[in-house]
Amino acid sequence: MSGDSPDSRPATDGGSPASGGVPEADSRPMPSEQPGPEERNYPTGRRNLEGIRIDPVVEAEHESRRAVISALVEDEPGVLARVSGLVSRRQFNIESLTVGPTTVEGHSRITMVVEETDPGIDQIEKQMAKLKPVISVGEVSGDAVTSELVLLKVQADDPAAVHAVSEMYDGRTVDAGPETITVELTGDNASIDNAIGAFERFGIVEIARTGPTALARGNTPTAPGEKPGTAGEPTTHDD
Amino acid sequence: MSDTAAQPREDDAEEPKDPPDADESVAAETDDPSDTDGPVTGPVSTGAESVVAALEAAGAETAFGVQGGAIMPVYDALYDSSIRHVTMAHEQGAAHAADAYGVVAGEPGLCLATSGPGATNLVTGIADADMDSDAMLALTGQVPTEFVGNDAFQETDTVGVTRPITKHNYFANGADTVGDTVGEAFELSRAGRPGPTLVDLPKDVTQAETEETPGPAAPPAGTDPDPNADADAVEDAARAIEAAERPVCLFGGGVIKADASDAARTFARSYGIPVTTTMPGIGSFPEDDDLCLSWGGMHGTGYANMAITHTDCLIAVGTRFDDRLTGGIDTFAPEAEVVHIDIDPAEISKNVYADYPLIGDAERILEQLTAAVREAPDAEAWRDRCAEWKETYPLTYATPEDEPLKPQFVVEAFDEATDYDTIVTTGVGQHQMWASQFWTYTEPRTWISSHGLGTMGYGVPAAVGARVAADTMGEQDREVVCFDGDGSFLMTMQELSVAVREDLDITIAVLNNEYIGMVRQWQDAFYEGRHMASDYTWMPEFDKLAEAFGALGLRVDDYDEVAPAVEEALDYDGPAVIDFHVDPEENVLPMVPSGGANGKFATAEDQL
Ligand SMILES: Cc1ncc(C[n+]2csc(CCOP(=O)(O)OP(=O)(O)O)c2C)c(N)n1
Repeated sequence: MSGDSPDSRPATDGGSPASGGVPEADSRPMPSEQPGPEERNYPTGRRNLEGIRIDPVVEAEHESRRAVISALVEDEPGVLARVSGLVSRRQFNIESLTVGPTTVEGHSRITMVVEETDPGIDQIEKQMAKLKPVISVGEVSGDAVTSELVLLKVQADDPAAVHAVSEMYDGRTVDAGPETITVELTGDNASIDNAIGAFERFGIVEIARTGPTALARGNTPTAPGEKPGTAGEPTTHDD
Repeated sequence: MSDTAAQPREDDAEEPKDPPDADESVAAETDDPSDTDGPVTGPVSTGAESVVAALEAAGAETAFGVQGGAIMPVYDALYDSSIRHVTMAHEQGAAHAADAYGVVAGEPGLCLATSGPGATNLVTGIADADMDSDAMLALTGQVPTEFVGNDAFQETDTVGVTRPITKHNYFANGADTVGDTVGEAFELSRAGRPGPTLVDLPKDVTQAETEETPGPAAPPAGTDPDPNADADAVEDAARAIEAAERPVCLFGGGVIKADASDAARTFARSYGIPVTTTMPGIGSFPEDDDLCLSWGGMHGTGYANMAITHTDCLIAVGTRFDDRLTGGIDTFAPEAEVVHIDIDPAEISKNVYADYPLIGDAERILEQLTAAVREAPDAEAWRDRCAEWKETYPLTYATPEDEPLKPQFVVEAFDEATDYDTIVTTGVGQHQMWASQFWTYTEPRTWISSHGLGTMGYGVPAAVGARVAADTMGEQDREVVCFDGDGSFLMTMQELSVAVREDLDITIAVLNNEYIGMVRQWQDAFYEGRHMASDYTWMPEFDKLAEAFGALGLRVDDYDEVAPAVEEALDYDGPAVIDFHVDPEENVLPMVPSGGANGKFATAEDQL
């Protein structure tokens, strides 16, 4: 095929390989004749870390905030590994991740709390949406109902005081022995943190927290497009 | 111990499977294959036959792979198939060959491996395809389901290992459904943004009997997105383009994958907008066009980087704004409004904020845009500036007579000796950059390289895959040239044996600098010239090695030997290797130091 005549494209640069011999010295400007990096003109504009052109008036970087993301997923093997792997690989700052079944057989809900900037939250949603088992994903609006379950084991030196504190926080004693008392608490983030603070004086032996789970208020769907489902019916649109 | 471990275990020594029940095959509702043109899914009797039937129905023509215990049932089913199987020397080679095959043919490439070591050997090639968004289906054997999780012989959690590097992967869990799963995986790999998919096939699933003939292959619901961008968004973007004074197109690999090169050419030429490409986008726009500024980024041209730095409107199509392209984000196109066209919504504003996001198929949207832009932007002065930059910062290299052979000269010699439709593959390193800088690409799917992952050793197996694709497409006349580094060649040169066996007409040009040159260049620039582990003076004589494989082997040391050797190798009807001993000290320039400003590219070492 090289026997065919080559097409008439110009040589990119350099000598003249087609001549077959030693190339002639190049006639075009060599680096020494070109303006160096410092001798060139540059625009004054800039982008911030998020790749957004910096408006001289609002130069501020985005602040991170707490967001609750809810995803409806197909309950196939490995779905949690896919979601958590994605989140960790992309270095999103994840606070908690809970997962459990929905009213629809074969569907689960993943609730994730993240601490990210707005563009970061947007990326998390888009990346999750790319996963095949993810049916629908979105941020749960700010006034969502969120709740977390905590089991807390404290020293039983003063059982009456422990009982009083747990009443104050609507807790429930689930195990009591001569040495330790275990209390169950549920509530939103702030009340859980307060309760834990109050129990600290007894000496907390062990603690287990589930991380918050959430539902949108009223008729707002929790994941975008989600319809109230019952077993056997699709939770969202027909795919 | 190692002896026994290497022996096939009992479950490897198959009892012959029952012959297909004659009555059942008659009962299956399919036509006689001989009566029809296209591939027809015949009656199946095992999971493995269902796998192969699904592949045939999906249109797969070629597979690259290596045999093994757990994948043996599938291979047995391939024995009677119309699918051509190319046995590779190493599974990494199979994955790269399938990848390159897919890029050239515009179809998903197909590779197969057995469980455990076979599957793990595929991993680099799968990750490579993932980074470059190449459609590819990998089928891996797996130990029988009952042994999964027990650290059985040749067991690896393939689904777990490949989860982060595939678009999606599947664990096949039954003979009745495995064919549909394989068909879905094949289609998913090319739906929307392409990428590799994988199906792990436990041996009991492929051996088990089934009468379920797979249905027509289709991607899962919701994975084939709307090709059209939102009409209002297109209008907004069109107004921004009309108003631009310094517009630049940036065409990425997505333009080629979407077969949108023609639409891209029409768009840029209709409005006189200068064009840069990314490295994967090479070939989307002809580099001999006056509007073309070639590719930008770390080793891109000075003029592309000047244009990207100064533009006020960047029309980016099918690019993910990799850091090798952008350099430091703060200085990337700092004054540009960005129009970003992409099929993957997750790419929008991932690295660079998109003022005008247009989500959908690149070809479709470029057509929408071409219809929506009513007036060309007033960019005469800007085009002149771009032309001046082209004059000021040409790609050059010094070629005095007394110097050792320059690698750039070799690339140019091949470029001049071959036609515009020649396919170039490369390894990774300096030679890859020279092959992209000093060759004039004019057609899509002619530049096949490892961009996102930067995999040394990609070149030779990619040349095998590209050659097989061209031959399958009836394009036996096209040349396939692999530019390789000495280090890269050594990593996968065993695939030369495949090229010899299959009598593949490829030419491999090893730009042998007795260094792993790109590392040496960085050591000189950033590590005070301390050549830790980059000195490869122990390289074998590649021309003799080529002969040992049964290929043509040539060696070139001087300028006047270049043209005759190029001619001889291209004329040779089969695989040829030329070992070019080139200047070991030659560096790739221009260069933007990592994270630096594109406009501050260095054109000489002392500027770094
Ligand atoms: C598999 C793999 N290992 C290591 C690297 C790191 N690396 C990048 S370029 C390079 C040197 C390549 O040397 P060679 O193939 O001889 O090409 P040259 O740069 O000399 O042209 C190395 C080691 C890589 N890209 N891929």
